[in-house]
Amino acid sequence: MSELDPKFKYRVAREPGGEKIKLCFACGICTASCPIREIDERYNPRKIIRMILLGMKKRVLENDFIWFCSSCYACTERCPQGVRFTDVMNAIKNIAVKEGYVPWAFVQQIEILKKHGRLYEIDEFDNNKRSALGLPRIAKAKGFTQKIMELTGIDKITKR
Amino acid sequence: MKRYALFLGCTVPVRAQHYELATRNVAKELGIEFVDLKEGSCCGFPLKALDAETSLLMAARNVGLASNLGLDVVTLCNSCTAMLSDAQVKLKESEFRKKFTELGFTYPNEIKVRHFVRVLYEDIGVEDIKKAIRKPLNNLRIISHYGCHYLRPSYLHTFDSVENPHTLDELTGLTGATVIDYQEKKLCCGGSVLGVDEELAVKMANQKLSIAKNNNADVLISICPFCTVMYEDNQRKVEAKFNTTYNIPVLYYPQLLGLSLGLPPDACGLKFNRIKPDNIISKL
Repeated sequence: MSELDPKFKYRVAREPGGEKIKLCFACGICTASCPIREIDERYNPRKIIRMILLGMKKRVLENDFIWFCSSCYACTERCPQGVRFTDVMNAIKNIAVKEGYVPWAFVQQIEILKKHGRLYEIDEFDNNKRSALGLPRIAKAKGFTQKIMELTGIDKITKR
Repeated sequence: MKRYALFLGCTVPVRAQHYELATRNVAKELGIEFVDLKEGSCCGFPLKALDAETSLLMAARNVGLASNLGLDVVTLCNSCTAMLSDAQVKLKESEFRKKFTELGFTYPNEIKVRHFVRVLYEDIGVEDIKKAIRKPLNNLRIISHYGCHYLRPSYLHTFDSVENPHTLDELTGLTGATVIDYQEKKLCCGGSVLGVDEELAVKMANQKLSIAKNNNADVLISICPFCTVMYEDNQRKVEAKFNTTYNIPVLYYPQLLGLSLGLPPDACGLKFNRIKPDNIISKL
């Protein structure tokens, strides 16, 4: 029990997307609507909400299941309390990142986007292929992503 | 002539050039002019899980580029559509706007962000598209896949019905093809968990592919490059996992529409589809 953090729910409610978490009355329509839950029992929206409200901070943040949400918004559309659980999950992921729990694949994406501004760098080869198809050439999208990341501080997580 | 700013995002210009090609050719046929957002970057969606503000600032910059041209944005990817729409709402908040301005970005005119398919439905309209059909695809059975972020969250899109969508089916029906009606239209392709748990993603993709097969679909229609990655690029993987054969071509809606407008298969980029759509070409 000493692991419980009764203030965790307030932290989630302060994070963008997590504002409505305390409105949940546990009807479970989120779990019933979830396409991930249908396939994999490790992921259970109603249970995650209860865990947050009970203050099980560490067990939520360190668990792989928080990265299973596919952001399909099926739960959000049906929630009678307007909890917007997809956005709550996004808030949880954002908090997990700040606390140092982040899958490596995501860190790599930051590096790529910082460098190229796009997930796939467009080089001469791609542009020549585009020209051959009659598609316009694409300019580099550089510089500003680094500025954005410095302002928000997200670049720090790749430096850890 | 209707003019829009075309936002391509990351995946389409590199990995879905056939989608882009078909879109541009269909647009020309229907009197749509695109101005390319040449300085456009990633929409920001891949960073949303890491830091919402970073992703929204990236998205807002792209919206700002179109706003400076005074043009509404047309997107080709479902997630780009939702992400840019999200930024547009965020730009109304003063604190966010302050950071956006601090970075040297501008947003002079309020503009709309919509998926190309939605623009076809709303701005060109079913009647005018119907009049432009020259080669009805009467022999094809088609299953359409909407994808999540074309319609959801409804607090960003306010279009179609999230529980029982019809716009893509209606547009698909215009091509003369038989549209398969089925219950699981809102199923997620699994694309966004591919990097986290491949097995889970493959199981999700299998659901719709098996529905397509059980309904004898000749082709599955997609309107999002992520959904196509799951249903077409990973189709062999799904087949191996479930010990079955699908061999169902996956076409982007503008490819299908292009064929029915009488464009040659090459102008619709059909030779770039990974699951060869020979069954379609032979039925043309």
